Formats: sequence, C-alpha cells, structure tokens
Amino acid sequence: MRQQTDNGNKLSLVLSEARRFGRFLLSEMKPKGKIVTPFNVFAAAVLSIAAVLLFIRFTQGLGATTNLSQDFPWGIWIGFDVITGVAFAGGAYVITFMVYILRLEKYHPIVRITVLNGFLAYVFYAGALLFDLGRPWNVINPIIGNSFGVSSVMFLVAWHFMLYMIAEFIEFSPAAAEWLGWKRVRKLLGSLTLGAVIFGITLSTLHQSGLGALFLMARNKIHPLWYSEFIPILFFVSSIFAGLSMVILEGTISQRVFRKQITPQHHAAHDDIVIGLARVCAGTMYVYFFLKVLVFIHGQHWNYINTPMGWWFLLEVVGFVLIPVRLFTQAVRFRNLSLIRVAAVLTLVGIVLNRLNVSIIAFKWYAVERYVPSWMELEITLGVVVAEILVLRWIVNRMPILREPPDWALRRPEAIRKTDFVVKEGEEKQWAVTNM
Amino acid sequence: MNRRDFVKTIGGLGVAALAAENARAEDVATPKEFIGILVDTTVCVGCRSCEFACAEAHGFPQPDSDPEVFKKQRSPSTKQWSVVNRFETEKGEVFVKKQCMHCNQPACASACLTKAMLKTEEGPVIWREDKCMGCRFCMLSCPFDVPKFEYESAIPKIQKCNLCWDRLEKGKKPACVEACPVEALKFGTRRELIEMARAQIAKNPDTYMQQIYGEDDAGGTGFLYLASVPFEQLGFRTDLGTVPYPEYSKDYLYAVPVVLTLWPAFLLALSNATKKENDRESYETANGQWK
Repeated sequence: MRQQTDNGNKLSLVLSEARRFGRFLLSEMKPKGKIVTPFNVFAAAVLSIAAVLLFIRFTQGLGATTNLSQDFPWGIWIGFDVITGVAFAGGAYVITFMVYILRLEKYHPIVRITVLNGFLAYVFYAGALLFDLGRPWNVINPIIGNSFGVSSVMFLVAWHFMLYMIAEFIEFSPAAAEWLGWKRVRKLLGSLTLGAVIFGITLSTLHQSGLGALFLMARNKIHPLWYSEFIPILFFVSSIFAGLSMVILEGTISQRVFRKQITPQHHAAHDDIVIGLARVCAGTMYVYFFLKVLVFIHGQHWNYINTPMGWWFLLEVVGFVLIPVRLFTQAVRFRNLSLIRVAAVLTLVGIVLNRLNVSIIAFKWYAVERYVPSWMELEITLGVVVAEILVLRWIVNRMPILREPPDWALRRPEAIRKTDFVVKEGEEKQWAVTNM
Repeated sequence: MNRRDFVKTIGGLGVAALAAENARAEDVATPKEFIGILVDTTVCVGCRSCEFACAEAHGFPQPDSDPEVFKKQRSPSTKQWSVVNRFETEKGEVFVKKQCMHCNQPACASACLTKAMLKTEEGPVIWREDKCMGCRFCMLSCPFDVPKFEYESAIPKIQKCNLCWDRLEKGKKPACVEACPVEALKFGTRRELIEMARAQIAKNPDTYMQQIYGEDDAGGTGFLYLASVPFEQLGFRTDLGTVPYPEYSKDYLYAVPVVLTLWPAFLLALSNATKKENDRESYETANGQWK
C-alpha cells in the first residue's frame, strides 16, 4: 500500500515535471523580438522563393534550376556552399585548439559562438550538398556499409563531415543542457568536451585538406597555376586563417547585434581577442603565401604568368593574400581594429576566389562554354545562408552562447551542492573522477 | 586526461579509420584477364553501324542517321553511349569511335564513394543504379570526360558505355563489334589485342603510327586505338601521362591513417602539457571567464 502511494507520488512528480518542461519548451519556441523587421521580411521572401525552387529542382531535375553541364558537373552549390563554406567554418577547430589544447583562456569567451557557428555551417552548407546530389535517397549507402568506396576521397570527406558534426554537437551541447536546466546531463556532456575537441581537430585536418584532395584526379582539367599535388596542404593551411577571419568578422557583427547579451567584461576583452586572432591570421597567412610561392616555383609555370589566367592568379595571390597579410601585420602593430576588419574581409574574399578558382574558374579554363551559375542557384545559396542566420539567432537568443551560463553551471562545487539536490554523495565522487 | 577520455578518443578514431583502410583495392591481382576492343581507325569507313547497334542494344532512341552529324564533333551523351566523329587529316578523312575507355585503373571507380562505378574483374567499367548517389565526382575525375549525367531527370542516372556487360554475361560480343561491317573493331583480351596491334604495325610500318593509344595512356585502357596520323589530330588527349589516375590521390589517402593516429596522440600530450597543477575541473566551464 505504502509502496503504491510512493509510486503514485513519483508518477505525479514526473508528470508535473514533464508538463513544466513542455510549457518551457513551448514558451521558448515563441519569437523573442519583433516579428516584422526588415531582415525577417527579407528572410521570409528569400526562403519562400528558395522553397519553390527546391520543389522544382526535386521534381524536374538539376537541369531545371542549375546551369550545370556535362563539362561542369560541379557548380557553386559545391564550389561555394560546401568547399568555401567549410573553409569559413574552420574557426571552430582552430579556436577549440587554442582554448582546450593550448589553454589560452583569453579566447574562452568566443568558444561557444564559434563552435555554434561551425556546427551550423556544417549542418547547413554540407547539408546543402543534398540539393546537389542527383540521387540523394542513396546518401546513406556509403554510411550503412553496403558499399564502402574506401579508395575514394569523397568517402573520407563524407564520413568526416558526419563525424565532425557529431563532435561539434558534443562540443556545443553543454550550452543546450544549461538552457534546458539539465544539470547532470550538463556535467556528463562537459566531460566529453576534450575528447570531442581532439577528435574534431583531427577530423578537420583531414577533411579540410580532403576537400582539396577531391581535385587531385582532375589534374588535366585544372589550370597548372592552381593544380598541384599540394592542394590538400594549401586547403588545410588556408582554412586556419579563413576560419579565424570569419570569427573576426562574425564577432564584429555579434558584438553589435547581440550587444545586450554580452557582459561588459567580455565586451572590453573583445578587442584583445581580435588582435590576438589577427596575429594568428598573419602568421598562418605568411606560411600560406610562402607555400604558394614555393608551389609556383616548383611547378615552373613562369610561362603562364603573362596570360589572362596568370593575371587572375596574381590578383588572388597578391591582392587577396599578400595585401591582407600586410594589413594584418600593420593593424596588429598599431592595434588598429578597423584595419583588422578590412584585412579579414579581404582575406575572406581571397578564400572565395581561391576555392572558386580551383573548383570552377580555373577548372576547364580551356572550355569554350563556361559555367556561370543561374540566378536560381544563387537564390538557393542565399536561402541556405539566411536559414543558418535565423537558426543561429534563435539559439543565441535562448541559450547561453554569448551571455553567461547559469550560476549552477559555473564550476564552484559548493554552488552545485546547494542547488543540485539530486546529486547524492556517491555520485558526486564519480563525477569528480570523470572531470579530471 | 584520464583513462576514460583516452578510451573515448580511441573509440572514435576506430570508426574514422574505416575511411582510410584499403586504399589500394584496385591493385589486387585478379585471376581473369581484362577484355577490351581494338579500334583500327585506318579501316573504319564511318558507316556508324556501331552507333545504331549500340542504341538498339541499350534501348536508346536511334541516333540521327543524317551524315550532317559529322559536321561537328560529338561526345557520347546521356542518350548515346558511343559516337563516331570525322576528322580531316593530312591522310584524308579519318573516323574515330568515341566511348568509355574502360581504364585498367579507372579514375571514376576510385572516385566513387559507393562503388556504383565498378571495374569488374573481366575489365568493363559498369555503373550500378542502386548504389549511386549522384555526386558526379566520377565526371570530375574521368580524364576522358566520359560519364554523362541526366540533368533533366528527377531520378537521374549516369550514362556511359558498359562494354555490353549484359551481352558479355550471355556469352555474346559487344553490339558495336558485332555490327562493324569492316572489322575495324576487334574484341578480345587486352593482351591478345596488343599483340595483334603490334603485329599490324610491324607488318605495315608505313601505314601506322608507331603507337597504340591506350596501351599506356592514363595507365592503360580497355579500348585501344591504331591510327595513321598523330593521335592529337584525332581528338585524343595525349597529355594524360602513363600513371593510372587513382595514383594521384593515393598519397593523400595514405597520409590519412598517419594523421588519424598521430594527431590525437600529439593533441592529448599537448593538452596535458599545458594543464595547470590545480586545474582538475571540467574543461567546458571557464574558470572565472564568464564571471
């Protein structure tokens, strides 16, 4: 009898907790700000057009929406969305390396926003790959193991994308647990962070370079100034400063847009963070520039320099690598933040140029009929970017990404003991071990 | 770092290592000899019987029979796996059949992450509908630009010559070979065909170029060509080299397991080396950074 009452009490407790949780989720689903803003109207328009175009794409084939051809099988959905987008998302592995491996605590305030950005970039930009796949229903084939094409670089990239998304989700998940108030889950997820970070950096090294390795077999199709067996290394090194430049640019924007959520201390520390990042950018860009020169000399392609493709190559390497790296160096020396932002933007343009050159512009440079993306391809790409921004905003407005985590999540053990009444003596010891 | 974190990391790596294993799958010796087709362009009269037979054998609409088609260079398409082109050369009109070359080590098959594109033990490179996810990496990789994609279809296929794989299984010759009225196409094992081609060149040194296209190009192909004029004049790419295309990404694939095993070890070591004495708490929560 007594047992039954206990059970009844427990059940009603669980039910009321579940109801409370349901109400919380429902209230969080509602928009937090004004609904009709210029950006929202723009986003709604872009997304509804993209939805219509995607319907056409999936019912009538890729030819109905894209300008892809037998000569140019890959367009901007690969060249920009995936290959450039993933380079831009490189900030996550660089920042987690700096904070969790090198323990440069200075950069801790930007970890969560960078990891979230990286995670969403993979979900949306790598997710946009599904639009480009001709037969997306077979996308699980290389994963479920009925046909492992292990000699394919694409196989490696596909697996690494998937695993990296999981790793980034784990890195990001403590913020979600704090938002939901799941204290014990939060501790467990926190304990997984270092493993996920190490795994994530390893995967990033391989798939950032792997995106370049995709083009290794296109050796007689890519202009000699861009084709080299070092493409994977160049892609990897450039992803470091591409990612960091994106972090600088994105930080500049969120410092303004999400100003209310950012603590004054973080706001004050932000300049120092940006200058530090600019310094890392400059260092890796010098290395990259040096590698580019080395590859150029090694390739013995002087004869191509004074041709239209050669001028285009010089524009990329001098205009959007050498000039921004000089600007970064100057800006760091004089602590000039606006100059750092200019350099970051130039760097990002340079990355777009480089990735599009390898995948589209210098690809079959000899072809008579060039590939130029259709407005529909551009519209859908814009839709992917807008959708990512909306989800990012939704999360930042709810979870402790830029703002402080709740008190209980900060790591004073006595605070946990006071508030987290479910932790028993024995269990606590266990957690302490996990956290070592 | 404690043992549990270590095990977690290693466990994750085991999964990722799958991606790197067995990079040299194509190199495994098979007991069978590759088969192929020898095309003697000095014999071909440009009747296009092979085109029509090909269309019939694979259920495609019959190609345009108007001789006007020779006015421009054609490539195989989604509706035509094999085409004949006409070239004006110093030795007069030469007709060249163009289709999948069935490489010994095909770039397309090693590019394919689902093994939809498959080099069979017998030699033909075939495409399998149920595996393909339509990424078109085969098209990007093929040095001959052979695979064609059905852009106009919601359920697109890759279209390319499969050397009449289904006919071969029934013991028949490829449709084009059977249809050729002048025996410009010869079917056999690659070894026999190369011997035959060499003998032909030796017998008529004035007629033939001293080269068999496809013997070594792109690492060797199943289709082999004889010609009386330099192959560049017949629309062949002679800049492909003799290295099999999969070799170009093998170095990269070999580096993968190295990175997968060394990186985590270095990162763990580095993480431990930078750890402060009294820092034994969770990594995710910042010490005083948020406060």
